[in-house]
This record gives sequence, structure tokens and C-alpha cells, in this order.
Amino acid sequence: MTTRAVEAWTLEPLVKFVKEAGARLVLLMTSAGQVLAQHGFSRAVDVMSAAALGAAIMASTDEIARQLRQPPFAALNHQGDRHGIFLAAVATGRGRLVALVVYDLDASSLGLVQLFFEQLAADLQAASPTEGVPKQVLAADFERQLSESLNTLFGR
Amino acid sequence: MTSAPAGYGRTLDLVTRVRGVRGAMLVSGDDGLVVAEHLMEGIKGPAVAALAASLANRLRRAMEAAGVGASVFWHLQAEQGALLVVPATSGILVVAVAEPDVNVGLVRLELLRAAEAVG
Repeated sequence: MTTRAVEAWTLEPLVKFVKEAGARLVLLMTSAGQVLAQHGFSRAVDVMSAAALGAAIMASTDEIARQLRQPPFAALNHQGDRHGIFLAAVATGRGRLVALVVYDLDASSLGLVQLFFEQLAADLQAASPTEGVPKQVLAADFERQLSESLNTLFGR
Repeated sequence: MTSAPAGYGRTLDLVTRVRGVRGAMLVSGDDGLVVAEHLMEGIKGPAVAALAASLANRLRRAMEAAGVGASVFWHLQAEQGALLVVPATSGILVVAVAEPDVNVGLVRLELLRAAEAVG
């Protein structure tokens, strides 16, 4: 399984996290669903749909928290028969990022993912460039930027 | 020491009363999450829980592969301490973190009692 990054500073923390937590699939993206790095995905269409769904779930839970007048939820976990899905936000110098982690219950556990996610968050904070949040992607540029990102993520 | 939910407090208390035990925990074996803990300051409960559960799952598979049945008790001795674990029938792990020179037999006995109480 390969790990690839659009922004190089995310690569080392992500590789370390995947190895330690035993994660099967990982997406690191902005709150808007713009993917910065991925591990384990073999098809671009899967990355696009997972990023869109992950960002939408985060947006929904943020809104629920806002309506409850609570700070945003720290993390969300769905557990199935064979796999778990863990979704959480990380504050970095490049703004708030979202991590979507899919893990096999045979090879990992929620406890392990939570434990090493804390380390991933610290590593990303330390590695992130401090020159500020990247500019918003404009609708006119969206398709081109998406294609460029997917080409990088799949080594094309 | 940190506290445990009321129902499990006494169960863990009996384990931590053994001289040389620095803490005891109930851990969900499937998730690696802390169910209850009674630990001295400085012991990272969630980390111990996650890693002990991961180890327990791998040991269980090794035991099955070796055809020797389920593990009843395991004891890992390190330079500066020991980790002792008894899996309960419900899937909960009863875990003790102890000094290197702890009375292992006595801790084992209390862990087995705790596992029986947890079910």
C-alpha cells in the first residue's frame, strides 16, 4: 500500500501514523474536502467520494455542536463488523485539517487509532508551514486543481 | 491515584492493594479503551489500554494457532516494572502495572478474582 501527499510536509507524519496505528485507508484533507494526502486508496473516484463524504460529516457534526452551543466534536467513530471509521480534525499552521481513517478490527482498534492520532496531530502541527492558511480554491480553478491533486496522489 | 466508576472501584482496589502494584485497569479487549482505572500518577492509562489490548488480540491468535486454547494469564517482565493481564470471559481485560519485584503470584490471584467479578 502506498502513501502519497500533495503537500510534502504531511507525508512523514502520515507514514508513521499508518505504520503504528495499523490503518488500512487514510485521507488527510481540508474542511472543504480538498485532499492533501492519502494512504491505501487505489482509485481516484474512491478518494473523491470519501473526501466529499468525510468533509460533509464533519460539517454536519460541527453544525450540531454549534446548535448545542458546544465546541466542535473532537472525533467521530463508526464501528462495523470488520472495519471502523474514525474521523477527527487537526489544527495546523495550514488551518484546520480533517483526517479520515479506516481500520480493520483484526489488525487495529479504536484505542490504537486514538492513541496514535494524538501523535499524528502533534507531528502535523510541528511539521506544518507557518506561512498561513492556503487560499480558497475558486470554482473556476476547482476542476484543474482537483485533477492535479489526484494525479499527484496516484503518481501519474 | 485516579478513580474508577463505583461498580468497579472495589474490584480494582483489591488489585492495587497488593504491595508493588502501581495501578490496575479494566480494558475493553475489542476496542482497547479504558473501562475503569485506578492508576498512580504518571501511568498513561489510554496508551497502556490500547497497546495491551492489541497485544492480547495477537496473543489470542498465537494461542489459537498453537492449539493451546485461550490465554488465562500473561506476565511481561521489564527492567523497571511488569505488566500482568487476565482476560475475563466477557472480553474485558484486567490489567495490573507493577514494580519489578512485585509478588506475581499474589497479583495473579487478585487479577483472577477481579476477572471473575467482572464476568
